[in-house]
Amino acid sequence: MAPVPTPLRDIAKVVRSKNAGPFEITLDIVFKTRADFDAVRESGVITKELVSELYNVPTQNIITFGFFELVNAVKITLPRPRAQGGIGETDMHAAQQHVPLQEIRVPWPAA
Amino acid sequence: MLGYGFPVEHFKMGLALKPHAITIDSGSTDSGPQKLGLGEMTCSREAYVKDIEVLLEAQQATRIPVLISSAGGDGTNLHVDVFRDIVTEIARRRGWHFKVASIYSDIDKSHIARELKAGRIEPLGPVPPLDPREVEAATVVVAQMGAEPFVKALDESPGGVDVILAGRSYDPSPTAAMAIRAGFDPALAWHMGKIMECGALCAEPVGRTVMGWLRHDHFEIEPLNPAERCTTASVAAHTLYEKTHPFLLAGPGGTLDLSQCRYEQVTDRRVRVSGSKFIPSDPYTVKLEGAKTAGWRSIFIAGARDPIFIAQIDAILDEVLANTRAYFADVPPETYRLIPHLYGKNGVMGDLEPVKVPAHELCIILEVAAATQALATAICNKARTSLMHAPYPGRIATAGNIASPFTPLEIPLGQACTFNVYHLMKVDSPTALFPIRHEEI
Repeated sequence: MAPVPTPLRDIAKVVRSKNAGPFEITLDIVFKTRADFDAVRESGVITKELVSELYNVPTQNIITFGFFELVNAVKITLPRPRAQGGIGETDMHAAQQHVPLQEIRVPWPAA
Repeated sequence: MLGYGFPVEHFKMGLALKPHAITIDSGSTDSGPQKLGLGEMTCSREAYVKDIEVLLEAQQATRIPVLISSAGGDGTNLHVDVFRDIVTEIARRRGWHFKVASIYSDIDKSHIARELKAGRIEPLGPVPPLDPREVEAATVVVAQMGAEPFVKALDESPGGVDVILAGRSYDPSPTAAMAIRAGFDPALAWHMGKIMECGALCAEPVGRTVMGWLRHDHFEIEPLNPAERCTTASVAAHTLYEKTHPFLLAGPGGTLDLSQCRYEQVTDRRVRVSGSKFIPSDPYTVKLEGAKTAGWRSIFIAGARDPIFIAQIDAILDEVLANTRAYFADVPPETYRLIPHLYGKNGVMGDLEPVKVPAHELCIILEVAAATQALATAICNKARTSLMHAPYPGRIATAGNIASPFTPLEIPLGQACTFNVYHLMKVDSPTALFPIRHEEI
């Protein structure tokens, strides 16, 4: 069957964001199986450049970016736009900043 | 987390397994800078009394030590003393006696200034270099202790210690301290501590209480609630949660490297972990944390439903804020801020919001920060009335632009705070910054 562009929210087990200390936000995409993890990695869709665009962060400022086989997960850590909990805060725990990742589309076998 | 409550029946199942210590963390910077900035605690005093009493009762029954870290959430000296008062109060009421060691972690500002001058303080992550004026502005600065102060507290008291009440600590420090003191591999001790300080977050489904068994070349981990299980995947994935890197975890005195770990399923609920490595840093470093107050805030909350208004919301708000600033022309503009939060448009993600079309209704919150509460509220009031009656092209709802759900229409929020110290400081001794007081209660 021909693959169709499928959002990560329909593929991954976990797509989440969270503060990692008061100055960083970390994003996790955890896959259900090693096969799913490998397929997404091999698609080449998830790159530092894509993260840079989605989160408006220059690639050289990305703190962690990687595919980690031991946990079938992509992990991304970025600087926060402002210190956690200060004036102008919109998301104290950075718990709702994952949505742009959910919407990434990867070629996937039709369900 | 101490103060959140925990299932006492599962805790008692854990005690029946004859552990060597009860360790509980109560610290976090997660809920923001106001604890350090204003001296507030994460939970109410009553919530701490409730949880601490359960722990002390277990101590009386088993005689194993209770180690509590990061008292009150921020671990300031003030909150170590609040915990000390709580233990004293419970001991008196129940007729119990404890040998208590209190470990303090506030760092003298003049010491920080000297170390900064000597080039021994650097930013931790994406933080500007430490400015001595920020140290002065901070309400209090604490350092995160490692395992060493706990070990010292246990070693130096000939009659033993029943209860340790510690200031700001790296979350796994109390657990790692017990293990390292007993001669176990520090890498396994830190890794097990790292998992256990989050309770049964490493289980499926996620739970509250776990038991750890440390041996010389591995450790095992199992949730106390029989309805939960640890799997190799759930335990391995635990170190993803709210960490910068999945395998490299920096802490006081070194970095835990989990990239070569092995995870084995022992029973359907228990996992064995081996292969953790600890790379000591040279010199030893501790993390400094501090926050300062940053003015007073007031907000208003308003709804908007008119599609003609919503379609022009950015231009209308720009004009309202400009009018408000013009009205307060006598207040220096750099001393106050007006920040709109537009739910239904981009209230959660701000500029990063990928959806550009607003929803059919908006929640408008205007955040005003100024030098006093009265001024913040006055500015907020002016902006709200101006928004209520702002003219805009095509306006046919001429009686009012916004729907106000609450009184007071301007809501005072009190003082705002901001983290302003988050740096690593080199130290000659892992214990010298953390004075210990022993006493019988």
